[in-house]
Amino acid sequence: MKERVFEGRMHVFGNNIDTDQIYPGQYLDVTDHQEMAGHCMQGASEHFGSEFVPGDIVVAGTNFGCGSSRENAAIALKVRGVSCIVARSYARIFYRNAINLGLPLIVCADIDQVKAHGETLRVQLDEGTVTNLASGASAGIEPISEYALRILDAGGIKPLMKAQEE
Amino acid sequence: MHALEKILAAHAGLDQVKTGEIVNCRIDIAGINDLYPQAMYSFFEIGGKQVRYPESVLIFFDHYAPASTIRQADNQRQFRDFAKAQGITGLQEVNEGVCHQVIADKGVSVPGKLIVVTDSHTTTHGAFGAFSTGVGATDIACILKTGELWFRVPEIMDIRLEGSLQPGVFAKDVILHIIGQLGADYGVYRGVSFSGSLIGQLSMAERMTLCNMTTEMGAKASYIQPDAVTLDYIRGTGARDYTIYETDPNYAYCARHLFDVSQITPQVAAPFSVDNVAPVADHAGMPVQQAYLGTCTGGRLEDFAVAARILTGQRIAPGTRMLIVPASKKVLKDAIKAGYIDTLLDAGCTLVSPGCAACLGTHEGLIAESETCVTSSSRNFPGRMGHRNGRIYIASPATVAASARFGVLTDPRPCLE
Repeated sequence: MKERVFEGRMHVFGNNIDTDQIYPGQYLDVTDHQEMAGHCMQGASEHFGSEFVPGDIVVAGTNFGCGSSRENAAIALKVRGVSCIVARSYARIFYRNAINLGLPLIVCADIDQVKAHGETLRVQLDEGTVTNLASGASAGIEPISEYALRILDAGGIKPLMKAQEE
Repeated sequence: MHALEKILAAHAGLDQVKTGEIVNCRIDIAGINDLYPQAMYSFFEIGGKQVRYPESVLIFFDHYAPASTIRQADNQRQFRDFAKAQGITGLQEVNEGVCHQVIADKGVSVPGKLIVVTDSHTTTHGAFGAFSTGVGATDIACILKTGELWFRVPEIMDIRLEGSLQPGVFAKDVILHIIGQLGADYGVYRGVSFSGSLIGQLSMAERMTLCNMTTEMGAKASYIQPDAVTLDYIRGTGARDYTIYETDPNYAYCARHLFDVSQITPQVAAPFSVDNVAPVADHAGMPVQQAYLGTCTGGRLEDFAVAARILTGQRIAPGTRMLIVPASKKVLKDAIKAGYIDTLLDAGCTLVSPGCAACLGTHEGLIAESETCVTSSSRNFPGRMGHRNGRIYIASPATVAASARFGVLTDPRPCLE
């Protein structure tokens, strides 16, 4: 992830969106990532599957990704084409999983003042802001830690570890 | 430093660590559950060839053991092949039970160890004075390759529990009450350290339930200072290799909370969040179609004992089914010896093989649309145990058994007088 700016339509969710909603347990025996992506957010929204376009942004409240360790949840979001997630906070295992996969997670305490389902959000990492391009509303974001940024810049922990080997 | 920090420091080869610092730690135990063949795939994707420390790796067949779909069976087959090829002898087969109970039974959970498992409820082993936390499949792949993993040293809060529990009230009610008060995201990224006069009165089973459920407030790890109860339990497992760390008296907790546990009544978390907590009395009389006794949260011998006590000479209500799922093979054998299984079968319960079973909605006891389940497990998210419109109420094993007996959500205290 060398990108520092993301722009996409917002898909807005509430607080405590758990991994069962992101990726329902009945599909846990699936190992193919494309097939996993087809079940992305299936427990949280009936419309996500048909409305989502790769490059769009998932927006949520607090504790996004709580519940299980299930990396399938982060894989489904990443492979479905979510460019980044903006939320007030994340569950810790989900945070590790997403960063490991190269999926940027943005912490924004004031996202409630910016979010609007279907409108376009611009995320500017270097400026530290998110902006709703329709309403003009803007808010600051927490900087991503250097450690996480190093993994994201490598495209995830897998390319990073392969690079370290070579 | 807190004892949890001392464990991280010791495993990072450092004298000291401080909150917020990122440290690379040598892992004592790396556990992989049957849900995540991704751990093997990621291992090869990062260039892994030979697992660095195969003796530190455990593979658990628990989330769907025995397999109920061909894909599940194939995933387990791939793990068996991987274990054989990599010299991993710690594969826990389909008859062993839920990872956390298995390693507690076998003396793997001991003070001072750094334990990670691809299961969120790995916080359980803080009950033994270990640093234990859940990670993802790709995190485990990194450990398979290098033996190490990075951690951010967490802020740690103190939860002080003073007083004694009323009869019919259990650690499960205490932790539900705490989560109801503090919220499902209160502990995110943080450690939870328990103290106070209640701790010494609790069995290891009850301590495990407390620590297990800190996951449901988002905690990274939990901690209970090992004492005579801990050491007595560990002696029973034959484990000898452990180190007890102690928190420095001047350690600065990020928050302190005090609870008078003598005031706590049986509690229940109603759909669809674990912090939607109220006294059982507030929901009493609500019809229940499924009662579920089991899991790493509430499927231990003590849980079977209290259920058997409530259901001795009784029949569960018509229209209600009760699944009993021992958390491990040892729990099952001990419960048979103690006569609990006999009592529960006579009461009309359904015995399911040791493992996670219906807890995560993959097999063995799913619920239909509009059905209600009262469970000793830990989660009531939408769709967690079957249909998205099924309703899950989380409670103590005693409340589960009392509710099965009457077919409606029931305060267990009168059954235990």
